[in-house]
Amino acid sequence: MSARDAHEARRRRENAQPGELSLAEPPSKGHGPIVRPYGDTTGDGMVQVSFTLPLPHDKRAEGAAVRLAMQMGIEPALLVHAKAIGPDFTFFVVYGPVKHLVDIREFEIVEREYELLSSKEVNTAIKKHLRRKLVVVGACIGTDAHTVGIDAILNIKGFAGEKGLEYYREMAVHNLGAQVSIPELVNTAYDLKADAVLVSQVVTQKDAHLHNTSAMSAAFREAFPTGQVPHLIVGGPRFEEGAAGGLGVDRIFGRGTTPGEVASYLIHALVDPTTRVTPTPAKAKTA
Amino acid sequence: MDPAQVKQARALARTAGRPVVNLAKRHTTVSVERATLRLAGLSGADHELVPWVNHLVDAVRAQTGLEYGVSLPVWDALRRGVAPDLATLAQKAAGGAVDFRIPEGKEAATVGKAARSAVARGIRTIDAQRARRDKLIARHGDPKQKPWIYLIVATGDIYEDIPQAQAAAREGADIIAVIRSTGQSLLDFVPEGATREGYAGTYATQENFRLMRAALDETSKELGRYIRLTNYASGLCMPEIATLAGLERLDMMLNDSMYGILFRDINPIRTFVDQRFSRQIHARAGIIINTGEDNYLTTADAVEAAHTVTVSQLLNEYFAKEAGLQDWQLGLGHAFEINPDVPDSFRLELAHALLARTLFPKAPLKWMPPTKHMTGDIFRGYLLDGFFNLVGAMTGQGILLVGMMTEAVVTPWISDRDLALQNVRYVLNAAGGLTEDFHPPRDGFIQTRAREVLGESIGLLERIVGDSDRASGPPLLAAIADGTFGAMKRPPTKGKGLDGVVAKGPGYLNPATDLLEEGSTR
Repeated sequence: MSARDAHEARRRRENAQPGELSLAEPPSKGHGPIVRPYGDTTGDGMVQVSFTLPLPHDKRAEGAAVRLAMQMGIEPALLVHAKAIGPDFTFFVVYGPVKHLVDIREFEIVEREYELLSSKEVNTAIKKHLRRKLVVVGACIGTDAHTVGIDAILNIKGFAGEKGLEYYREMAVHNLGAQVSIPELVNTAYDLKADAVLVSQVVTQKDAHLHNTSAMSAAFREAFPTGQVPHLIVGGPRFEEGAAGGLGVDRIFGRGTTPGEVASYLIHALVDPTTRVTPTPAKAKTA
Repeated sequence: MDPAQVKQARALARTAGRPVVNLAKRHTTVSVERATLRLAGLSGADHELVPWVNHLVDAVRAQTGLEYGVSLPVWDALRRGVAPDLATLAQKAAGGAVDFRIPEGKEAATVGKAARSAVARGIRTIDAQRARRDKLIARHGDPKQKPWIYLIVATGDIYEDIPQAQAAAREGADIIAVIRSTGQSLLDFVPEGATREGYAGTYATQENFRLMRAALDETSKELGRYIRLTNYASGLCMPEIATLAGLERLDMMLNDSMYGILFRDINPIRTFVDQRFSRQIHARAGIIINTGEDNYLTTADAVEAAHTVTVSQLLNEYFAKEAGLQDWQLGLGHAFEINPDVPDSFRLELAHALLARTLFPKAPLKWMPPTKHMTGDIFRGYLLDGFFNLVGAMTGQGILLVGMMTEAVVTPWISDRDLALQNVRYVLNAAGGLTEDFHPPRDGFIQTRAREVLGESIGLLERIVGDSDRASGPPLLAAIADGTFGAMKRPPTKGKGLDGVVAKGPGYLNPATDLLEEGSTR
């Protein structure tokens, strides 16, 4: 924020013109579109940050910490704690008011289009609506030997404290592992009557993940009659979540996706489309 | 606790385990055979990084099968002068230029002797490393406090891991665990050389082991305290990784009897065969094993599944002792994973930890921190870790894995580790002596709960022993196939690595197993 904006914000907080939104409105009236952090007084902007600098603990290091906090917009920066971590590092805790403002009208948010369900809810939905097991086939295709992604989603061990899809009683999960060829994947999906096919691409060079994905979706569309192609999902840190259509797949999941999200999505997409999040009044956009 | 009940629980674990041990004795695996070649000194890999032990075992298997083991056909070929040494033989065999055969009669005896003498050299290296560890511990000393403080490093790059591990030791860690790259457990080969790229961990390789041990030897000297090194003998290459750990003087290894089956979908028979061999190596090498009971609690409710931890500890104990491990080598695992919103969660944790302590009084139990209920609220997480440390102090745990408040957020930052160690130090300093005063009354909540869990464990063991599904073989395997553990059905006819399991034929020879079972050096 420029100095002029900061000045303007201060003016609006302290001396709002008639008809203009005051930034000093008490929280009891609900929040306005422009917000600052809240410590114990409306508009105080108080934040707390902690960080480590690669400096031995001395006056200079403390000065550097205050300087950094100021550059982050914390002014005045109150250095409340500094402690040496070994001879070469110092840990700091800094408190202070941040001068930035956020106008919540100025950005769009990407909403998840499906509702997050518990494993019990997932199982119940499959039982009730599908009345058979939901068949999921997973693999790493191409030369990628890194099953970390597909295993995180499928293995019972799971990821981020969530159990993998194998854990869901109403899902029949087949993890084909690494370096599965596309024909092998298509044939297995066909034999097992897969409802959904999950493909992971972790390590990739020269956009191999994109080429592999397009080749895979083309092979599926060739092998299955129209309308009977399994739901195709790819995941991996290098994919852009909005690129599904262009690659011929139904959904892309990016870095940090948890098994619970995938399970909930599968229910939304294949079992019970009513498990949908009602769009919020803010300009909701589906991912 | 009723000693008769404790006795009954152990007897049931033995009844469940013994048929599985017998089954394990009747089989070998590709990884057991590769480990045998590694003991005989075969290492390295081709230009595509396929290890020579894999080439040689595959070549032998393709021609003669593995029913007799690799030793007879391999040392027969060496005796016939096909190649001057194992490495050359492996290279030739990889090119398909070696005809293997099974020697018979007198010839077999001569070949067997040659194989034994080659493998014995590896065993003696393991013995020498064990003696060296004893000497270094005598020189530098053990940690002053109990529990020993266990810290994890995991950068993916061994050359980054080393300074981090050394810094962690300087900050107070007694044990450094280098977490493996995710997915290594499912590789049917051991990667080669120093590695700089991994996913959420660093590959376990012989060279990485050597580099890290050498670095920690320096740090031990600097600190006047022997710093132990830990890695993972789990997954498809358990026997080989255990062997490399013995050769490179690692001090502790993660090694669980059922983890791979349940949580990695590795074939049950493969796992039990590999596990027995790896534990025999660990026993010989003086390595402390760490078992993985924490996994039961992260995939199920920690109160409801408390008894599965006890059952797994009892089975792990049986399998470990059968393989020759001593009480002091049994780092049986358990974890602080009860939902903090459950009323009396801390008392329940105390009860479970005390049960383990009482059941296994001579084992250095491994106490593992909360992960499942670490939400990203680092402040609440820090408090939870404090309570976790307190349970560890009050119940006299042997190994304390330091919990990070940023669990499930980032791999630990330097400040996270420092704060976590401050937490441990504060609790041990303030309450470390509480074991002495902490004797919960017999009819109180804690003791009652401990007895209840033991009772449930006996119930589960009885169900396992009585599992009558003959098609799946021994009752324990049938129980695993039924989904008794962790709700996962793992039949002995399925799972990864099954094609690497071979039933031993009548003339099977494995000098490594012989030397380990006899305790011989030559």
